[in-house]
Amino acid sequence: MKTDELISIIAQDARAPRPSLPALIGAAVAFGGLVAALLFAEMLGFRPDIAGALHTWRFDAKLAIVLLLFVNALHATARLTRPDADISAATLRLALPLLALAIAVGWELSSTARDTWLVRAVGTNSRVCLAAITVLAIAPLAGLLVALRAGAPRSPAMAGAAAGLLAGALAAMLYATHCPDDSPLFVAIWYVSAIALVSLVGAAIGGRVLRW
Amino acid sequence: MLRSVVARGFARYQIGQEESEDVVQEALLALHLKRHTWDESQPLLPWVSAIARHKTIDSIRRRGRRAYLPIEDVSNVLAADPHVQAANSFDAERIVATLKGRQREIVHAISMEGVTARQVAQRLGMTEGAVRVALHRALQSLARTFRREPS
Repeated sequence: MKTDELISIIAQDARAPRPSLPALIGAAVAFGGLVAALLFAEMLGFRPDIAGALHTWRFDAKLAIVLLLFVNALHATARLTRPDADISAATLRLALPLLALAIAVGWELSSTARDTWLVRAVGTNSRVCLAAITVLAIAPLAGLLVALRAGAPRSPAMAGAAAGLLAGALAAMLYATHCPDDSPLFVAIWYVSAIALVSLVGAAIGGRVLRW
Repeated sequence: MLRSVVARGFARYQIGQEESEDVVQEALLALHLKRHTWDESQPLLPWVSAIARHKTIDSIRRRGRRAYLPIEDVSNVLAADPHVQAANSFDAERIVATLKGRQREIVHAISMEGVTARQVAQRLGMTEGAVRVALHRALQSLARTFRREPS
């Protein structure tokens, strides 16, 4: 087939424009989030003292940091699914939640006794935390990867990694309302590990399925 | 302009001009199938250039070479490249040959005979909508076939 012939075929393929990428991503987040929320409600649920916990700085900081990651990962994902993405600019934003976490960790270390640090860091429920965030992130990640196949990411692996961060952040937001461990030290170790794992899985799968 | 971007990349890696038309077709397909990835608040040319670069790099890598193409100043790309041959002799028959049944008939009719989707529909006893769906799927299939092609 000659190039001119290809052009004439393309000209005949006049279908209605598909939904925009932001709309697709939003739908994936909404759908995946709903599934994750249902799973969360069924398996875990809010912690019983949540009303009181909302008055503590650690709990609020935990939620704020994860929310910050969610928002920036959403932005990064939308940027990274385009062929002309500026990859370093998109990922630079992700430094913001890390910065917030670092500040919280610094505050915790400076305001608590040294011999309590290890106990706070290890927490009481680290295994549940890792497992729950990973499992809750599955539906959002799957939904996002399906939606992102409509995109044309400059780097499929980076787009997958961003989707993983987004799914992980969503799962973490849910889990944070159940988790009894509020110390920023705990968050820095276990939440970060779980979300990083989901991101790596996203990068690995995305690197394959998001090619175009 | 597409041809300039592809030819420039290929020249860097000493690949023949005939093979570059392959990539031009692949890039045209991608521009069409992925047109919704263009952010309309941004200029068009960098987006087109990015797609052309992506397909050029993919093609070079498929030939077993490691590829890195710097982002050229888009205004340079618009200057005509005197070494690009008239590329209308290039014929990707082997790519179209991978289409099956209906899709192949439809693509053949529209590209070779110049009939419209409506006429093809009448000829094959399908609705015009079904022809358009089949055409769209054929284009997606062609895009996938390009990706699988070794050099």
